Amino acid sequence: MAATDIDVKYVAHLARIGLTPDEEVKMSAHLAGILGYIEKLKELDVTGVEPTAHAVPMVNVLRPDVVRPSLAHEAAMSNAPAKANGLFLVPKIVE
Amino acid sequence: MLNQLTISELTSRLARRDISARELTQACLDQIARVDGTVHAFISHDPADALAQADAADHELAAGVTFAQKPLLGIPIAIKDVLAVKGHPLNCGSKILGKFISPYDATVIEKMKAAGAVVFGRLNMDEFAMGSSTETSAFGITRNPWDPSRIPGGSSGGSAAAVAADEAIATLGTDTGGSIRQPAALCGCVGLKPTYGRVSRYGLTAFASSLDQIGPFTKNIEDAARLLGVISGHDPKDSTSVAEPVPDYVAALDGQIRGLKLGLPKEYLIGGLDPEVKAAVDAAVKQYAALGAEIVDISLPHTDYAVATYYIVATAEASANLARFDGIRYGQRVDGADPIELYTRTRGAGFGAEVKRRIILGTYVLSSGYYDAYYLRAQKVRTLIRNDFLNAFKQVDAIITPTAPTAAFKIGEKSGDPLQMYLSDIFTISCNLAGISGISLPCGFTRSPKLPIGLQLLGQPFGEATLLKLAHAYEQSTPWHREKPAPIA
Amino acid sequence: MEYEAVIGLETHVQLNTKSKMWCGCANAYGAAPNTQVCPVCLGLPGVLPVPNEEALRKTTLTGYLLNCEIPRFAKFDRKNYFYPDAPKNYQLTQYDKPTTANGFVEFEFQGGLARVRITRAHLEEDVGKSFHFDRNSGVDFNRAGVPLMEIVSEPDITSADMAYEYLNALKDILLYGGVSDCDMEKGMVRCDVNVSVRPVGTQELGAKIEIKNMNSFSGVRRALEYEIPRQIAVVKAGGKLIQSTRRWDDTTGITEEMRTKEHAHDYRYFPEPDMMPLAPTDEWLAEVRKLVVELPLARKQRFIREYSLPAPDAETFKNDVALGNYFEPLAKQSSNPKAVANWVINNLRAKLTELNEREKTEQSELGIEPADLQLTTLADLKFPPAALLELVGLVEAKTISNAAAQQVFAEMFATGKTPAAIVQEKGLAQVSDTGAIEKLCDEAIAASPGPVADYRAGKAAALNALKGYVMKLSKGKANPALAGEILERKLKG
Repeated sequence: MAATDIDVKYVAHLARIGLTPDEEVKMSAHLAGILGYIEKLKELDVTGVEPTAHAVPMVNVLRPDVVRPSLAHEAAMSNAPAKANGLFLVPKIVE
Repeated sequence: MLNQLTISELTSRLARRDISARELTQACLDQIARVDGTVHAFISHDPADALAQADAADHELAAGVTFAQKPLLGIPIAIKDVLAVKGHPLNCGSKILGKFISPYDATVIEKMKAAGAVVFGRLNMDEFAMGSSTETSAFGITRNPWDPSRIPGGSSGGSAAAVAADEAIATLGTDTGGSIRQPAALCGCVGLKPTYGRVSRYGLTAFASSLDQIGPFTKNIEDAARLLGVISGHDPKDSTSVAEPVPDYVAALDGQIRGLKLGLPKEYLIGGLDPEVKAAVDAAVKQYAALGAEIVDISLPHTDYAVATYYIVATAEASANLARFDGIRYGQRVDGADPIELYTRTRGAGFGAEVKRRIILGTYVLSSGYYDAYYLRAQKVRTLIRNDFLNAFKQVDAIITPTAPTAAFKIGEKSGDPLQMYLSDIFTISCNLAGISGISLPCGFTRSPKLPIGLQLLGQPFGEATLLKLAHAYEQSTPWHREKPAPIA
Repeated sequence: MEYEAVIGLETHVQLNTKSKMWCGCANAYGAAPNTQVCPVCLGLPGVLPVPNEEALRKTTLTGYLLNCEIPRFAKFDRKNYFYPDAPKNYQLTQYDKPTTANGFVEFEFQGGLARVRITRAHLEEDVGKSFHFDRNSGVDFNRAGVPLMEIVSEPDITSADMAYEYLNALKDILLYGGVSDCDMEKGMVRCDVNVSVRPVGTQELGAKIEIKNMNSFSGVRRALEYEIPRQIAVVKAGGKLIQSTRRWDDTTGITEEMRTKEHAHDYRYFPEPDMMPLAPTDEWLAEVRKLVVELPLARKQRFIREYSLPAPDAETFKNDVALGNYFEPLAKQSSNPKAVANWVINNLRAKLTELNEREKTEQSELGIEPADLQLTTLADLKFPPAALLELVGLVEAKTISNAAAQQVFAEMFATGKTPAAIVQEKGLAQVSDTGAIEKLCDEAIAASPGPVADYRAGKAAALNALKGYVMKLSKGKANPALAGEILERKLKG
C-alpha cells in the first residue's frame, strides 16, 4: 500500500479545487488520518480475487440508434452563467 | 390531523371523497409553516405549485380516476434536493449549483407524477449526500424532531425529519452508504434502500455511481411497500437498472414469517455499540423468535474492511462525478483569467469542506501510481464483502442488525473528526458495497432523552418483498411506529 | 550518420450513426450552436449514458476490416481532465479493454505493398467545439457526445508520403465499410501524429514528439516533411530532443512547441461505473461479420485480375465505388470488359460530370444551398445499364463505327432511347456495301490530289486523310476498314 503522506496542493490542483493555506493544513491532517485507517486493507490477501465494479453484474446494456428530441435551445442555455450568440462563454482558452 | 396519516389511510378517505387532496396538501403546508422553522427539513418549497397539483388530483378523483390506476393520487410526497424535478431548483445541498433550475424530471419523479403524487419541496441533505448528519449542507442544519439539539442523521436528514415531523406523508431519499437507513433510524421512521438496479438512478445527482440508490421514507412498512412499487422497475435511460419484474410488495405483507431464517452476524457486536441500542435490537431478535422466525448465528468476516473499502470506491467515483460542477454550463461561477483559474476558484468557493475532502481523497486514490494499491485493491475487497453476503444468504432469508451504533448525536459532536463520522456508518455501508437491499424500522427508544432506535434488516438482491414481509410482521406486533415526537407536538 | 523517422498515427473518426453515443440527440453536422443538446450530452446533474449499439457495431466492423481481434470482453473507462469543451470533465473512452485490437492495414506504396500494424480501434465520445474571440471563448456542445472511433497505429510508418498513403488507405476502408462519412471539411477525421528519429539500423526509439489535432491528410504530410528534417538537424547538431507536443501551423508551414499551462497529465482512468461491460456474443458477432465488405485494395487487384483492366482503370473503380459497382455486372456479361470500362470511365463518367456541373450552376442560380443540391447520379440515368452493353456490342460487331457510337451514346444519355432505336432512327448503321464505298472512294481520290500524290510517293500515312474524307462523305457510316482496303487497292492499281 502507498505511503500515507499526500501532496494536497498537487492533488487539489488535479481536482481543480482552490484551497486556502489554512484549508490545506487541515486537509492534510484529516487525509493523513483517513489514509492511515485505509491502510488496513493491506492486511487482506486479495491474490486471485476478481474486482467488483458493479454489484449486480450485467453485460451489453445498449440502446438502439434512434434520434429523440433535444432540449429547446433556450432551455439548454437557461442555466448558463455567461452566454452570447448561442454559445456558452468562458475565459479565453489558451492552448 | 390529516398530515399524520399514512398513505393507506389517506387513499381510502380520498377515494370516499371524505377529504380532498387540497385539504391534505394544505395540512402538510400548515405543518411546515408551524414546525419547519425549528426542524428545517426543507431548503425550499413552492406551496402554490403543490396546491395546483393537489387541485389537479381532485379533478381526477372527481372524474373517477381510481387508486388502482394512480396509486398515489393526491398524496403529498417531498423530494431530497439531489433528485431532478423539472422547473424546480436542484442544489444537492451545495452552493455550487447557484440558481440551477432543472430542465428535466428524474425517472422516479416521472413515475411518481404518473402515479398521481403531489411532488413537492426540496429536502435538506448533506452536501452532495456526503455526510451522516446533514451538517454539511450549505443551507443550514436540519434538527431531529425528537430533540432539536441533535442531528437527524444523514445524508437524507431532511427526508427523514420531514416524515418524522409529519411535514409530508412520505419522502424520497438516496442511500450510498446508509443515507436512507441511518436517518430513518435516528428520526424513528421507515427507510428502505432497494437493491442496486431496482430503481432507476436517472435524475439522481451521482455521488458514487456504483453504490447510489433511491428509496422511500414512510411512516410505516405498508407505505414503504406502496412507494417502492411505484418507483421500481427497469429504465432504458439507466444502463445499470435491472429488468427484474416488480412484484406486488403490498401483497407480500401477509404476516407469514414462521420458518423464515434471520441471520445474526457476530461481527456487528462492536465496541462502540450503545448498550441501549444493543438491548433494543436484542429484544427485537427475541420478538422475531416469538413470531416464529428462526434465528441463526452467521459470520460476515470482512465487515471490518467495509468502511475503508467504501471510502476508496465512493470517493474515487465521486471525484469524477463532481467534476462537472465547474461553472461553465451552469451553477455559480467565480470568474478567472483563464479556464483553470475559473475552475479552481469556482470549485474552491462552491464546495464545502467535506466535499472537497472526499474529492481530493478520490482524486488521490486514482492518481498515477496509486490506482492498484487503492482503487483496484478496494474493488477486490468489495468482492470479498459481497461474497460474505451471498454466502450468508445461502443459509438465511435476511440479516438482522442495528442500523446505527448509537441514537442521534448532538449537533457538532462529530463534525470536527471526519473519521469518527465515517466509522458511525459501519452497519449500513456493506449493504451498498454488496448491492443488496436493506431497510430500517423503529425498534424502541433510548430512555433519556427519548430518542428513536432503528433496526436494520438486510435482504437478498431483489429480496425486497421478503424484507418488507419481515419488517411488517415485527412492526404490527410492536408499538414503536405509532409514537410521535413530543418536542414539536 | 543516416537517420530515419519512426511515425505512429492516432486517427479520430466520427461514426455516421443517426444519434449520438449516449443519448438520442441527432448526430448531424451544421445545426445552429447548442440546438442538438440534451441533459445527457450537456452533462447536467443526474444524467446517465446508455451506449449506442450501432456505434459499437460500426467499431466492431472496422475491427474486422482492419484485420483486428475482437476481444470477448471490453469496457468503457473515464479519462479525467478539465476542459471547457468536455461537459463532464471526463471523457468516456476504452482504456485497457478496447473493442478491437491487433490488426493491420495494407496499401500500395512506392510500387509495392506496405503494411502498418493497428494497435487498436476503440470507441469514445467527441467533445464540444470552441470558438475563440478577442477576450473570451465560446463553446457549442452539438458535437459533444458524437461517437468517435480512435484508430491507433503501431510506429510502422517511415516517411511523410507513407503516412499520407496510410491515411488515404484508412479513409477508403472506412468509406467502404460505411462506418464514417470521413468528410475532412466537417472535421470528421482528425489526427495526432507521433514522430521521432533514430540512426538507421538502431532499434531504440528517439524522444516522441506529438503533433496534435491535424485535420487534413496533406497537412499531416507537410507537417512531417517539416518536422522530420527538423528533428534530424537537431540531433545532427548534437542537440537533444525531449518528449513534447507541437502544433502545425498550416499558413507558415512550420511546427511549434505548444506552451500548455498544464504539463503534468494524470488522467486517472478508471472503469465507468455508470455502464456495464461489453461481452459480444457469437450471434452478435456473426451479424456484424455479415456487414464485412471487400477491401479497396482487394477490389482493385480483383478488377485487374478478373477483367484484365489496366491499373489506372481499376484504381478509378476502387476510388469511385458507385462507378465500379455500375461497371462490374456489365463486365461480367461482356466479352470485352476493357471496352466496357472505357465506355464507363471515358464517356459515362464524363457525361455525368458535365451534367452535374450544369445542374450545380443552374441550382445555385436559383439560390439552392450546396447541401441541398439535387444532382443526377448513376441510379437516375435515363437508360438502363443493359443499353450500354448493347452499344458496346454494336461497336464490337462493327454494326456502327466508333464515331457513330459517340452519337448514339449522347442520344441515349439525353433521351433514354435504346441504341438500336437510335441507330435506326438516325441511319447510323455502318455501310459495308462495297459498291457504295467504291463510289465514295473514287470521289475522295478525285477531290484530294495532294494526299494521293503523297501516298504514291510512299507516304503510307496519307491514306488516313483519304479515309477521313470517305468517312466524312458517308457521314461516319462507312466501314473504315473496308474503305481503307478499297482505297489502297485503287491507288496501287
